[in-house]
Amino acid sequence: MSATTQPGAVSPPPVRGRTRRLRHGVPVEPIGLRLLKGLALLVLCAVVVLPFVGVLATSLAGREQIAQSGGLVLWPSQPTLEAYRSIFAGGVVTQALQVSLVVTIGGTLLSLAATCLVAYALAQRELFGKKVILMIFLISMLFSPGMIPTYLTVRQVGLLDSLWALILPTMVSAFNVVVMRAFFMNLPSELTESAQIDGASEFRVFTRIVLPLSKAVLAVIGLFYAVGYWNAFFNALLYINDATKWPMQLVLRTYVVNDVQMGSAELGSEVVPPQPAIQMAILVISIVPILIIYPFLQKHFAKGVLTGAVKG
Amino acid sequence: MAEVQTRPAPSESQSDAPRDSSPPPRRRRRPWYQRLWRDRMYLLFTLPALLIIVVFHYLPLIGNVIAFKDYQPYIGVWESPWNGLENFSIIWDGDPAFLAALRNTLILTALQSVFVFPAPILLALLLNSLLSENIKRLVQSVLYLPHFLSWVMVVALFQQILGGSGLLNNFLRSNGYDAVRILGNPDTFYALLTSQVIWKDTGWATILFLAALSQINAHLYEAAAVDGAGRWRQLWHVTLPGLKGIIILLFILRLGDSLSVGFEQILLQQAAVGRNVSEVLDTYVYNNGVLGGNWGVSAAVGLVKGVVGVLLVLGANKLAHRFGEEGVYR
Repeated sequence: MSATTQPGAVSPPPVRGRTRRLRHGVPVEPIGLRLLKGLALLVLCAVVVLPFVGVLATSLAGREQIAQSGGLVLWPSQPTLEAYRSIFAGGVVTQALQVSLVVTIGGTLLSLAATCLVAYALAQRELFGKKVILMIFLISMLFSPGMIPTYLTVRQVGLLDSLWALILPTMVSAFNVVVMRAFFMNLPSELTESAQIDGASEFRVFTRIVLPLSKAVLAVIGLFYAVGYWNAFFNALLYINDATKWPMQLVLRTYVVNDVQMGSAELGSEVVPPQPAIQMAILVISIVPILIIYPFLQKHFAKGVLTGAVKG
Repeated sequence: MAEVQTRPAPSESQSDAPRDSSPPPRRRRRPWYQRLWRDRMYLLFTLPALLIIVVFHYLPLIGNVIAFKDYQPYIGVWESPWNGLENFSIIWDGDPAFLAALRNTLILTALQSVFVFPAPILLALLLNSLLSENIKRLVQSVLYLPHFLSWVMVVALFQQILGGSGLLNNFLRSNGYDAVRILGNPDTFYALLTSQVIWKDTGWATILFLAALSQINAHLYEAAAVDGAGRWRQLWHVTLPGLKGIIILLFILRLGDSLSVGFEQILLQQAAVGRNVSEVLDTYVYNNGVLGGNWGVSAAVGLVKGVVGVLLVLGANKLAHRFGEEGVYR
């Protein structure tokens, strides 16, 4: 990747009185600079990783240790799953988890279906009204309608306090449509044409030939949609007043960020572990899905982001 | 770096042009109803997405007319009486709450342009200078992660580390120092916001810079080295010019967004520090409109903000062309 490690770059001859050896055109770094770089990287990674460690440790820590430290601990001396047992006992958190999973999985499937259908249609060589439809999507990226009119529209459509309000308004991202269309346009047209000559319908060609060839791009875009649905906080705040329909992000805000205490009524369990442990367990539970799909995301995203960015 | 685009507009027209402008020769275009019938399946494919975009994007876009109305919830948008530019008077007359929100927004934008914008460039240079691909990849995967967390999670994490009973203060207290009040403190609020943005997005933002760096021709470095340029001169004369295009492009996009600063992030932490320092335009629209019921006025502020944002992008893009750069679109 980097210019300094280009294979095939021949080390040039020693330069003008410089005795330092060159490696691919770049002078070998003095040891001090290398140490400094290593230290900087270590600090940066620690700054990212340490909060996660503290949160996980506290969620597992016992009563005494939390009382002793007055809050966060870095290593649980006697790990216990009490906090997790209490939030999975059927109370507020369990419910929110179900809501979030339904919205994320259902939303992602709907988003993917709508996005790839429209992208495939717009990738056709000839399509009645193609320019107009394309412009509708492109222009929507430039002008965002604003919070108040969007809220009033969702209310007008009757979606307040419905889980559909967490899916429909963000279901289609014009950017993803454009990225996916670019991908479909690069598929060899011989494949689809031969199937069409054999008498397959448009839908059949799409599901039997095009989609199997597009697994990678479907994965990337699906994962981005999924992260979006899982993380969506503000639209839930706007549209969902009924606390039984709260997704995880609202629970996280109320009980962790705003520090509202959870009793046995909210937890749905007799045992009430110390608040820091409950809070950190909630945080862990909401982060874990992201951590699970992160490796998959990472495998694709550099490619996905760049193909989208470069080809438009 | 002209080819790295984050908006698709330019290549759209390029990729379409040759196909659309060169219809098969010697065949007259069929009448529209025949083409409509021929494409009926594909048009059906476009329907779900089109419906969503029209209902949840274009309908609200038209719904902005309530900025010019005295909106009354029980009558509805269309029946509410017009009141001209009355809702905008809050902007022209300089309502103190609005002015405070505007001021805070501009301060935060300035802070973020100075501290947040260059951070990924520096980090990308550091990552790019690593000789070991494995270490580089490992560091990248750690540093990209926070981008995928929601703001609620990030704010919660920061509270656990910097809050009153957080890791930092526990450490200070157990070593005999006084606890420091970082959260809920108006004096440190902007620093807190800025550091949260840096923590969350710096790693992710390096992607485009790293892509640009990888496209700099290695021979340029060799040539510079042969000419006696040391490490720093190579950075100045080879690396930075190679990054110029992408830096300008991203700065344009940043400029277009300069009236939106961390809406969710601020909303989550507003209660602790008070609206005086924390109110920005987006939270003003939310607090005044959705919570306060001043629909018309809030919609007016939102509309002005949106229009100014589009003008800023267009203006910055023109400016980029004047400097001979590609910009977001042509």
